Amino acid sequence: MRYLPLTEADRRSMLEAIGVPSVDELFRDVPEAARLSGPIKGLSNHMGELEVDRALSAMAGKNLPAGSVPSFLGAGAYRHHIPATVDHLVQRGEFLTAYTPYQPEVSQGTLQVLFEFQTQVSLLTGMDVANASMYDGATACAEAVMMANRVTRRKRAVLSGGLHPHYRDTTTTDARFIGFETVVMPPAPTGGEDLLAEVDGDTSCVVVQNPDVFGHVRDYTELGRACQAKGALLIVVVTEAVSLGLLTPPGEMGADIVAAEGQSLGNALNFGGPYVGLFAVKEKLVRQMPGRLCGQTVDADGRRGFVLTLSTREQHIRREKATSNICTNSGLCALAFSIHLSLLGEEGFTRLAEINHAKAVQLADKLAGVKGVEIVNGSFFNEFTVKLPKPAAEVVEALAQRGILGGVPVSRLFGGGLDDLLIVAATETNTESDMDAFATALAEVL
Amino acid sequence: MSMNNQGRPTGIQNTDSAVPETVTGNRGLQIEEPLIFEQDSAGRCGVDLPEVPTVGSRLGAVKPRGRIGLPGLAEPQVVRHYTRLSQKNYAIDSGLYPLGSCTMKHNPRLNEKMARLPGFADVHPLQPESTVQGALELMAELGRWLATLTGMAAVTLAPAAGAHGEMCGIMAIRSAHDAKGDKGRTKILVPESAHGTNPATAAACGYAVEAIPATEDGRVDLEALKAKLGPDVAGLMLTNPNTCGLFERDIITIAEAVHAAGAYFYCDGANFNAIVGRVRPADLGIDVMHINLHKTFSTPHGGGGPGSGPVVFAESLAPFVPVPYVVQDKDGAFRLVEQAGDGPAFGRMKAFHGQMGMFVRALAYMMSHGADGLRQVANDAVLNANYLLARLQDVMTPSFDGPCMHECLFDDRFLKGTGVTTLDIAKALIDEGFHPMTMYFPLVVHGALLIEPTETESKASLDQFVTALRALAERAKSGDVAYFQGAPRLTPRRRLDETAAARKPVLRWTPAVEPETVAAE
Repeated sequence: MRYLPLTEADRRSMLEAIGVPSVDELFRDVPEAARLSGPIKGLSNHMGELEVDRALSAMAGKNLPAGSVPSFLGAGAYRHHIPATVDHLVQRGEFLTAYTPYQPEVSQGTLQVLFEFQTQVSLLTGMDVANASMYDGATACAEAVMMANRVTRRKRAVLSGGLHPHYRDTTTTDARFIGFETVVMPPAPTGGEDLLAEVDGDTSCVVVQNPDVFGHVRDYTELGRACQAKGALLIVVVTEAVSLGLLTPPGEMGADIVAAEGQSLGNALNFGGPYVGLFAVKEKLVRQMPGRLCGQTVDADGRRGFVLTLSTREQHIRREKATSNICTNSGLCALAFSIHLSLLGEEGFTRLAEINHAKAVQLADKLAGVKGVEIVNGSFFNEFTVKLPKPAAEVVEALAQRGILGGVPVSRLFGGGLDDLLIVAATETNTESDMDAFATALAEVL
Repeated sequence: MSMNNQGRPTGIQNTDSAVPETVTGNRGLQIEEPLIFEQDSAGRCGVDLPEVPTVGSRLGAVKPRGRIGLPGLAEPQVVRHYTRLSQKNYAIDSGLYPLGSCTMKHNPRLNEKMARLPGFADVHPLQPESTVQGALELMAELGRWLATLTGMAAVTLAPAAGAHGEMCGIMAIRSAHDAKGDKGRTKILVPESAHGTNPATAAACGYAVEAIPATEDGRVDLEALKAKLGPDVAGLMLTNPNTCGLFERDIITIAEAVHAAGAYFYCDGANFNAIVGRVRPADLGIDVMHINLHKTFSTPHGGGGPGSGPVVFAESLAPFVPVPYVVQDKDGAFRLVEQAGDGPAFGRMKAFHGQMGMFVRALAYMMSHGADGLRQVANDAVLNANYLLARLQDVMTPSFDGPCMHECLFDDRFLKGTGVTTLDIAKALIDEGFHPMTMYFPLVVHGALLIEPTETESKASLDQFVTALRALAERAKSGDVAYFQGAPRLTPRRRLDETAAARKPVLRWTPAVEPETVAAE
């Protein structure tokens, strides 16, 4: 077996050194009733690389890659062009096969990457400090709410109807089991919800999204001020990180915590994971943050170096008193995010955002020309909602049969209701002919 | 002295081996690398993007964003930056990485190739089900392997990491008690030797955590456990093999006692790699267990993630599996159940369907080994750990009698009176070209050194490690404290001041001169 270096001769001499006759003897503490005498039934035996490649390629072949057809799906996961350099660098074994940098002398590579990542996330979100990443945007959102509960010593979170339903559900799952209250506003495809009316003296935070799940661009400056006046924190969620190249950053709107999804930079769609949660806060809240933090220090020779720091917040030190049970971050996805953003730089990132917006404007104009289609949004970044004369789920299925991935039905996200609404995204990967094909096919299926 | 015919010296003229101070601070292949922000040139860019199409803005009334402050670099600079940084990392690809409890085994590159097939990597999570049948099939197949290997009835693939899987398991236990209307269970029992995530998870879910002491032989104290079990206990969280590297001999009795008290038995499956293919956790009476795909099933640790923490459930907890999950219809088509509805299922726990990229890698690994190979994995992992225990026990102090499972535990009694600490041994090992073992964990012994070689180390690699560690142990006993306290000396950085880092945290780069000031000049 190609991954196992021990030879039979090695095994024999090692057993001799240990002083046991067989490897079975080493398992003598296993209760006899639970010992299996041979390989588990019902599973195949070992295979060569070629056979595994063949079997898995066959499974992959049953899927329709988004890049092989005109594709307009977003709703929390976006198809962007990833420069070849990104994937090449993240596959360097020194990044790929290293553990969490607990031994800083032999982990300065990972640590400096994390320090740079934290800086990049702070800059993008307009916040003071960011951590070394979370599992994904949705878990970052739930952790943000729990952090707000700790900071304010209150236990009631108000969740906007414009919040991505997966983020909402991840948060309400924690609410149910961890024990806090959530006020979930109904979906607001056209906006106009009065969040402030829900804020009272027990409210720890208001969670909003920008652009919201329906694509509307929002200004939460007033809401932030009002929250502050009532002692509640403003949590701003961002699911499309590229939007931060063009929109007012949450920090400038008065966000106390930003929970975002970083997949758009450096990370493929991957059928939903792994992705990378971004988590940024105001300076004064740093010691209440969940997750890993990398900090600058000096070594024994006085040279600049980096270490994991403030770990007295974390589970491996604090155990049941930790701020969160989180251990893992999304290290390699954070690295991909960081490399992509380093390649883009100020100019590239800004232009990428401008292109995305322009593509969405073009798409909106084309779709608005299709009979029966109504653009719901007054404002948007690279994603908007359209109202159809038929259930969107049926339309999407019919489009798929014509080789077009035509968006995400709102009913799928929210588990029913709002059947006639479809969320459509455009990115730099969409050509004008993709858009024309979409508009033509949409006219046919309506 | 020899010369070739262009006058180039081909012999060695000077054998002075003292390390000089260099002008650049670089040391041959070890190159100093500034922060990426310190390499900025305004207007430089590492990607070529087309012109922005001329259309009107629909951004609404928000004010346009000002300068962000990102550095501009060209592609070659970016490649060099990250390549140089990578060279400052130790990795499994470089050598033995014997971090106990972390299972740093070889990460096969076939897994990487498979995960990058466009049919897996370039698929949107919300595509119509008819266009992702292969992705759903892969999830179902991975679930089948995990259920078969553990003997369990149900699986969720949703949790993003081990600790997230723990959360999932405790939520299922809570759901089961709630479904019975049993609200009086406020405690979770956790052995003292547990991973920090166990008590953190139980506490996060609102349970009081009660520690169970260990016996002299490193296992759960059965009598102490029985004494704590009662109508107020929701469950037991136990790692097996435990964090001392030992199999819990009484585990079936423990399970019976837990069940008799009306509680559930959660197993932390971080160490499943020791028994995969040889023992099915269901046969031990376990109700629910998470599996770290990045440990047992070889998906890369990536410098701290992403992980993946599927959870398997016995019949007792199967109804409470969270959404989303994959089902297969009678016609063979796969379908995703995404909404919990009014049923007993809870969730969701994250966006979308789980760490798909990790599922592909783990299944590639499982298929490569097969049922026969996975059994051999457990055999070799345990053999390697016991070999290290045998070769080191006379110079170091094993905490407990063997045999051990996949890792062997030592404490610092062998360093008593030497002035050398566990930390010093770890740092000296770095200079010998090894990643240190896990230090100061588990907490049940003093100055713990927990060594997990994994099955992917050769005997020659283990022998070299033994030679180094034996020599260090002897050196410590000889009283050469200064050697240890100064280690490591051969790394890109020497010991780092963690106290200073925490006292006045610097968590991001800030420009020395504000960009606005520059613009104004």
